[in-house]
Amino acid sequence: MTLVPLPHRLTSRHRETADTVTFELEPLSGGLGPFAPGQYAMLYAFGIGEIPVSVCRTSGDGRLTHTVRAVGAVSRGLCDLPAGASVGVRGPFGNGWNLRAARGHDLLVVAGGIGLAPLRPLIDAVLAEPAAYGRLNVLVGARTPGDLLYRAELPAWRRPFGAVTVDRPAGGWTGRVGVVTALLDEALFAPENATAFVCGPEVMMRATARELVDRGLPAGRVQLSLERNMRCATGHCGHCQLGPLLLCRDGPVVPYDQAEPLLTVREL
Amino acid sequence: MSRPAPVPSTGLIGSLSPGHRERLLALAHEVDHPASTRLFEEGGRADRFWIVRTGTVALDIHLPGRGPAVVETIGTGGLVGWSWLCPPHEWHLGAETRSRVEAWQFDAAEVRAVCAAHPEFGLPLVTLVAETIGRRLRATRTRLLDLYGPQPGAPSP
Repeated sequence: MTLVPLPHRLTSRHRETADTVTFELEPLSGGLGPFAPGQYAMLYAFGIGEIPVSVCRTSGDGRLTHTVRAVGAVSRGLCDLPAGASVGVRGPFGNGWNLRAARGHDLLVVAGGIGLAPLRPLIDAVLAEPAAYGRLNVLVGARTPGDLLYRAELPAWRRPFGAVTVDRPAGGWTGRVGVVTALLDEALFAPENATAFVCGPEVMMRATARELVDRGLPAGRVQLSLERNMRCATGHCGHCQLGPLLLCRDGPVVPYDQAEPLLTVREL
Repeated sequence: MSRPAPVPSTGLIGSLSPGHRERLLALAHEVDHPASTRLFEEGGRADRFWIVRTGTVALDIHLPGRGPAVVETIGTGGLVGWSWLCPPHEWHLGAETRSRVEAWQFDAAEVRAVCAAHPEFGLPLVTLVAETIGRRLRATRTRLLDLYGPQPGAPSP
């Protein structure tokens, strides 16, 4: 882990949706340590600022892939960078998904919107070692069909169960319509032997976690990737405090049994 | 000949006790619809309902000049139709199969009569239908928040 941004070169970029770009970064000199699925980097758009962004794919040679949605000055700056541009990178930060605890379990990967990005390396890891896990279920929710990420990869995530649903169908969409939790009825899992990984808007994560617990999953086996205002990424500035947790350091992944009492406190 | 679809372990059927499930299924007619079959139309008489065994049904609402707009889809184990339970027994939406759909079809008057005659069966069934309605109401409210869209007032890094 480094506290000083290391220069990386943006080697390729792919526009996922109207406001979201996936790009690959290559270290210019000496890469950062290996990133685990669910960990994040602080990406510095020179002259604009720095934001936390989860890795959405890693490689063994230090290259990092990130998906960024343009919602503010820094994220817009990153999305607008052309191939060849320089980006400062710090990391890896955060705890990542606890995939080791899920070995032998049926897996539920539940994503909403841009929340699919930090889950993609987890899906990669499971698909690389399928015998180590039970049935993989990938449930994806998006606002519209045009907002779906990684469209080319979605078909490969359909076995044994994968489904996509949108809130607002358009443009000849023939798939599912409705909230992502509605897909749980069709997912293939034994609640007493399953682990869930959930990332998306907080309301969606709360609803999903509640539904999973109602179906018999122990709350401690529902992992949520939470987001607050992460600035330093090292647990010093306190901007990302959620009760007793500093999410930049103690998170972003927090089991639901720990997160549940915190998520309903309005002041947090 | 294709194998019959299994009994869903989730949804309304999966939530009923074995005895009540057997009683309800004794009233069912197995149906098999190809894709694009209209099951009912908005404003029509709600005299039936379905529980999906395989496939997907789309609920839609007619928009003048634009045709039907899909507002929700219902998959395996899902209940299609609840207007049969409450007066005036008229469909609020239309429904069309999106794929081949195997389902149990029920005659609403028959089920209501059994519920009235046997409250020990009727109450759990009506409670499960109410749970389904509640879940869909919560889902609709969640979608009203447009959670995946831009959030006014949220930090914009």
